Amino acid sequence: MNGFPTIVRLTLHEARRKKVLVATLVCGLAMLGLFAIAFFFVSRDLGHNSGLPLVQRRLMLNFFIMAGLYGVNFLMVMTSVLLPVDTLSGEIASGVMQTVATKPIRRWEIVMGKWLAHAMVLIGYVLLLTCGVLLIARTISGFTPPNVTRGIPLMLLEGLVLLTLSIAGGARMSSIANGVTVFGLYGLAFVGAWTEQIGTMVGNATARSIGTAASLLMPSESMWQLAAWNMQPPLMRELQLTPFSPASVPNAAMVLWTVGYVVLTLIVALRGFARREL
Amino acid sequence: MAEPVIETRALRKEFGEKVAVAELSLSVRRGEVFGFLGPNGAGKTTSLKMLLGLVRPSAGEGTVLGARLGDRATRARIGFLPEHFRFHEWLTGRELLRFHGQLYGMCGASLEARVDALLERLDLLDASELALRAYSKGMLQRVGLAQAMLNQPDLIFLDEPTSGLDPLGRLLVRDVIGELKRAGTTVFLNSHLLGEVEVTCDRVAFVKQGRTLREMVLAEHSPELEVDLRVDPLTSEVVQGLARFGEHVPQRNGSLRVRVPNEQALPEMARWVVERGFKLYQMSADRPSLESVFLEVMGDDQRPG
Repeated sequence: MNGFPTIVRLTLHEARRKKVLVATLVCGLAMLGLFAIAFFFVSRDLGHNSGLPLVQRRLMLNFFIMAGLYGVNFLMVMTSVLLPVDTLSGEIASGVMQTVATKPIRRWEIVMGKWLAHAMVLIGYVLLLTCGVLLIARTISGFTPPNVTRGIPLMLLEGLVLLTLSIAGGARMSSIANGVTVFGLYGLAFVGAWTEQIGTMVGNATARSIGTAASLLMPSESMWQLAAWNMQPPLMRELQLTPFSPASVPNAAMVLWTVGYVVLTLIVALRGFARREL
Repeated sequence: MAEPVIETRALRKEFGEKVAVAELSLSVRRGEVFGFLGPNGAGKTTSLKMLLGLVRPSAGEGTVLGARLGDRATRARIGFLPEHFRFHEWLTGRELLRFHGQLYGMCGASLEARVDALLERLDLLDASELALRAYSKGMLQRVGLAQAMLNQPDLIFLDEPTSGLDPLGRLLVRDVIGELKRAGTTVFLNSHLLGEVEVTCDRVAFVKQGRTLREMVLAEHSPELEVDLRVDPLTSEVVQGLARFGEHVPQRNGSLRVRVPNEQALPEMARWVVERGFKLYQMSADRPSLESVFLEVMGDDQRPG
C-alpha cells in the first residue's frame, strides 16, 4: 500500500503551496496581533484599580477571549471549506487525476490520503490560532477560560465536518458548485442554531424543533456552541449574558452524531469517487 | 501469432442518451505498435479510458494483459500518457517522476536511477530541478512520457504523444517508441498525425462513431498496392473488369485506381487491358498512403472535427 502515504505527502506539499493557506495564516496572525493589543488595553483597564469585583472582571476577560476564539472559529470555517474545495474536482477537471488513478492505487487511498493531509493541516492551523489566543490572554492577564481541553476538540470537530463535506462534494461537483453548497449548508446550520436558541428562550417548541432538525442536517454550528458553552464559567453560562452562552446546549448525543456525520460523509466521499468516471 | 494483450468485444459506452462508443471490438498483439485512428468525436479517448479503467463500459467486455479492465494489479504493468499532459506546476520534473514512481511502488536507489535514466533519455536532465511551470509544452509532454515509462511497462498507452512537440521532439518520441517496441513493450498509440502513425505503427484500427471499421497492417509490412491506370476509353467494362483484380477505389479526377493484394496482379492487369484492345497510356503502382486509406474508410460523410 504505497499509494496512501504518497498521496498524503503530496497533499501536504500541495497545501503548503496554496495561497488560501497563506492568506488564512496571514489573516490569523493579523487577528492574533489585533487581539493581543486590544486584550492588553482591556486587561489593563480591568485591573485591580478598576474598582470592579474579581468575578465581574473575570467574566469580562472570558467574554473577550471568547470573541477572540470566535474569530479563530470564523477563519477555521473558511479554511476548512476553501483549502480542500478543489483537491478532487480541480484535479479531475485538469486531467491530473487521470494520470494518478491509472497507477496501481485504490481510489479510496486517494480520497483518504487527501482527507488525512488536509485534516492534519487544519488541526495544526486551529491549534496554532487557539493556543495563540489563550497564550496571549494568559501572558497578559494570567487568566485562562475553563475546559479548553474540551472546547478546542469540539471546534476541531466542527472544522472536520466542513472539511469532509468539502472533500465529499469535490468527488461529484465542480469546485465552485462544491464551495457554494458547503457554505450554504454552513449558513443553514448557523440560522438553524440561532432558531433553536431563540425558540428555547421564548419557549416556542416549533422553532426549537426546526433548529434541532437543521443542526442534525448540518451539525457544525452546534459544535461551536457546545465548545463556547464549555469554555465559560458556570455563572456566565447561566446568566446568558453574551451571544456565546447558548440557551439550548447541545448534548453528548449531538457530539456522537457529529462524529458519525463525519464518518458517513467520508463514506459518501469514498463511494462517490470510486464510482466517478474520470 | 503473438498472444493478444488487449481484447475487447462489443464495448459500448453511453453518457445519458449520447452514445460515445457504439461497439468497439479489437485485438492488440503483444509487442506490436498499434495505432488507433479516427476523426474527432469518434470515441477514441473514451475507448482508451475504458481500457484503462477510468470509465466503466455500459456493455460489452474486454481484457487488458489477460485481466479485466481496470484491474489494479495489472495497472502496475501499464504506462499511460494522457493527451495534453498536465501536473501540479509547482513540482519539479524530478519530483514529479519520484511521485509517480512511488505510486508504482518504486523507492530508494532503484527509483532514483530510473528517474535519472529517463530524464537523460527524454533530454530533460538540465531541466530536472525546474518547476513544471517553467517547462515548455514539449517539455511537459516529454516528462509525461517519462512518467509513463517509469515502471518499464508491458503495455503503454500514448494519447497524442507528439502533441505540442517540435520536429526534433517528434523524432525523439518516435525513437523512444522504437526502443519500447524493441524492448518488447506493446504500444497503443492514439494519434491524429497520420504521417507519424505511418512510420511508427505495425497495425492500425480505424474507428468512426464508436465502431471499429477496419483493422489493417501498415504499408511497410503489407504487400498491398494501389495501381493508377489511364485507359482509353474508360468504359464501365474496363472499370468492372479491372476491379476483379482487387478493390476499385473511386477517384474524383476521372482516372482509375485499383487496390490489389500484391504485385503479381500487375502484369495480369496490363495483359487484360491490352488483349481487349484498350489503349493503356499509364500504369503506376504505389503503396497506399495511410491518409488515402483513412479518407476512404471514413467516407464522404465525414466532416472536419
